[in-house]
Amino acid sequence: MDRAPESIRSILATDCGSTTTKAILIERRPEGYRLVVRGEAPTTVEAPFEDVTRGVLNAVREVEELAGRRILDGERIITPQNSADGVDLYLSTSSAGGGLQMTVSGLVLQMTGESAQRAALGAGAIVMDVIALNDGRRPYEKIRRLRQLRPDMILLSGGTDGGDVRRVAEMAEVLRAADPKARLGAGYELPVIYAGNREAAAIVRDLIGGRTALLVVPNLRPTLERENLKPARDAIHELFMEHVMAHAPGYRKLMAWSPVPIMPTPGAVGIIIEKVAKRDRLAVVGVDIGGATTDVFSVFQGVFNRTVSANLGMSYSVSNVMAEAGIANILRWVPFAVEEVDLRNRIKNKMIRPTTIPQALEDLVIEQAIAREALRLAFEQHKALAVGLKGVQTERTISDIVSQAESGASRVDLGELGLLVGSGGVLSHAPRRVQAALMMVDAFLPEGITQLAVDSIFMAPQLGVLSSVHEAAATEVFERDCLIRLGAVVAPVGPGRAGQACVAIEIEPEAGGPSRHRAAFGELALLPLPDSGTVRLKVSPERGFDVGAGRGRPIEARIHGGVVGLLIDTRGRRPFALPDDPAARIARLRAWNRALSVYPREV
Amino acid sequence: MAHAYTPGLRVTAAATVRRERRLPLKGEVLVASGEAVDAHTVVARTELPGNVQTVNLAARLSVDPARAEAALTRPVGSPIAKGEVIAAAKSLFGLATHRIESPVEGTIESVSKVSGQLILREPPVPVEISAYVRGTVAEVLPGEGVVVESRGALLQGIFGVGGETWGEIAIAAASPDEPLAAASLSADHRGRVVVGGAYVSHATLMRARELGVAAVVVGGFDDRDLRQLLGRDLGVAITGSEELGLTLILTEGFGHIRMADRSWRLLNEQRGRLASVSGATQIRAGVMRPEILIPADDARPEAGAEAHGGGLEVGSLLRVIREPYFGRIGRVVELPSELRELDTEARVRVLVVEFIAGGERAVVPRANVELIAG
Repeated sequence: MDRAPESIRSILATDCGSTTTKAILIERRPEGYRLVVRGEAPTTVEAPFEDVTRGVLNAVREVEELAGRRILDGERIITPQNSADGVDLYLSTSSAGGGLQMTVSGLVLQMTGESAQRAALGAGAIVMDVIALNDGRRPYEKIRRLRQLRPDMILLSGGTDGGDVRRVAEMAEVLRAADPKARLGAGYELPVIYAGNREAAAIVRDLIGGRTALLVVPNLRPTLERENLKPARDAIHELFMEHVMAHAPGYRKLMAWSPVPIMPTPGAVGIIIEKVAKRDRLAVVGVDIGGATTDVFSVFQGVFNRTVSANLGMSYSVSNVMAEAGIANILRWVPFAVEEVDLRNRIKNKMIRPTTIPQALEDLVIEQAIAREALRLAFEQHKALAVGLKGVQTERTISDIVSQAESGASRVDLGELGLLVGSGGVLSHAPRRVQAALMMVDAFLPEGITQLAVDSIFMAPQLGVLSSVHEAAATEVFERDCLIRLGAVVAPVGPGRAGQACVAIEIEPEAGGPSRHRAAFGELALLPLPDSGTVRLKVSPERGFDVGAGRGRPIEARIHGGVVGLLIDTRGRRPFALPDDPAARIARLRAWNRALSVYPREV
Repeated sequence: MAHAYTPGLRVTAAATVRRERRLPLKGEVLVASGEAVDAHTVVARTELPGNVQTVNLAARLSVDPARAEAALTRPVGSPIAKGEVIAAAKSLFGLATHRIESPVEGTIESVSKVSGQLILREPPVPVEISAYVRGTVAEVLPGEGVVVESRGALLQGIFGVGGETWGEIAIAAASPDEPLAAASLSADHRGRVVVGGAYVSHATLMRARELGVAAVVVGGFDDRDLRQLLGRDLGVAITGSEELGLTLILTEGFGHIRMADRSWRLLNEQRGRLASVSGATQIRAGVMRPEILIPADDARPEAGAEAHGGGLEVGSLLRVIREPYFGRIGRVVELPSELRELDTEARVRVLVVEFIAGGERAVVPRANVELIAG
């Protein structure tokens, strides 16, 4: 992009999703960059249109109508801004057509296989399969699988630099024998990225160079102790533009409209989460729960990770949440008796008619129970992958390295987690904000002090790609117009018995004197916070309980206010358990719901 | 949003349908444009490349990978039978000979000089595709398949399991709200597409399978029974490739749900006629619903009376597709333009419906209804 960021007066950004194309208009105002309006239109990648730009133009036309100003000249976005017409910058993200689908391979599933998976996920891909020499499948099974999958791209890794080349050659031979085809169009070569042992690069080139669009980049695991994912990720973005997007209907035209490369949607969300974490020096978890998939992003110890749970979601995938979580895990969050046959049929009816919405309060409660399990499972998957060495040099003993799969020390430390951001219909559009807060707390079980927020209209993708060219504008809009601060949760860790003294809280607003509160073990309580600004919080746990500074040690923090308030969760952590007896469980859930006014009436 | 979202499943006595019959890989098309085809007519054929087997010659013969090829008993590209010696090498100063037998019948494809790995390709697998529905070949896709066009009745279900099949339509329930009973099934139903009423149990479905019924069409089915049928919980609604011994199509959904009158009437009118049935369902972007196609004997032009989708108006007949009024049928009496607050406190677009049975009125979110024809 040629233009200096400071000179940009207006920005138009679109996100082409599988079903909807969303456009936002951002303008520079005296107080900084602000979201002006948002428009949307159905995505037009599939027949009968088969041209993504139709949907983009329709969404932009809605923006024009809502903003009352001209952005298009016929079918052209006017850039730069010319008096009141047009915009200075146009950019876009895309997950249309199922997003970026990849197959990755490594030699050892838990080592290079896992590193390759992290590289692909971090770039915004859906990983269809991880193929490794030790994945338990026989070579012919691997070959058959590679032939069945029709990925957009393959990432081939394996071996440390200077290591044995024979095993790498074996994997490349498997790939050559499979002769996999690309998903979009049989008429072009499948892009393959090789990011393994550099000594084997020539062999890999000989084996598959002539049959695929091969790109060789530096090893993503140059040594056992070091992971270097950036070159592979950059190559994924490059090939996504050059090969995948260029073959998707209408994208060639769309690419010409923007001076900034089109980015895969989840890749862009990751960028904004990473930037916010860096700016506020916080460990952040972001979750986006959609109809078909749930994405989890995290930044812990400055390290970014992203996972996508491709079949956990609230409409298309709702039945899979039941299949994976089990009916008992969903029912444990429901504060009334439900017949299993009835619950199963309800969930399947939602799956076959995914656009329906809960009308009865009981139905909303069940949907929010399912959401808790979808979020919990997605977070479990995230914790399992966000492990080990990433991008930084870590001193580890050889025994750590050997036991990597077992130890799998997750980077996700719930005690360190400073901000939890939720997004997606069931969280962003929950009728009461406290419902969103409680769903996230129940699913993620944060420990100590954690701030909570929701993304109001899911514009994180557009802000992510914007942040790559104009960070200030992206973070200003993110903070002012995208993020709705809910407040925070205080959750002491440690076992206790109901009624036992657990924690004392002191809240000191920017103006006015402090207020003090006490909570016994086994409760949920809500204390008011100002909607905006910050407060100073002092949390003093009783002996045996830990809020981040050690058992019985007090902690102080400055936190943002929020529309829900400060949730005091003394229901216990490690373990957190609900009563097994159904009557006792229902009574407990009802008491907590009453305490927080979660629902308008008792269900 | 000017209109409610209505999934608009097609239920019509006179439709023209085109079904693409495409090979998984390029092959040979066996019929010509304009040719009449039956459901079972093979329209195209191909051979899928055989599976690949690998044998690590270097490791098994204890030779250097660069010399593995020299150990082959016949050159790369040769055919080889299962059990035939494929490679041999001497060891122990030439005193012992290691031999490797081919694990499969196939062709020697390659031997790697780096890993010493041998790749054997099994014989190709023939694949044929049928026309699936009686009609005419409307278009030939050279080397890939054909488009078959057919005219007749079309009924789309909401969900199905099991693949493509065909058979005569038989009615085995007295009314659309009666469940299909095992006692109503007999040996006469072998190879037929059996239409029940509101519901089928797993036990009755098993009886139908025993009798060799080709497909069962009912209003509803319990998910608990679906789990038993598939042997697993169905996670994602992508079906059609199950091998169940019969195809099941639900016209309404999960639970006991009266089959819509129009569907019931249409299927009754078509009793005794040959139907092509597919349970394939895909509920994602690019939705695919299961279908029952009943080609007409005469090529009647498509009637204009088909009712599906369309806008929602006062007087429209609809069915509620979510609790608390799930399955109830009524007419729209009011379409308020402003958002209304539901029991959940969500503010959404609604309509007021007057139920046919009972005559009471209720407010329902527009997202939770589907239009049905009278």
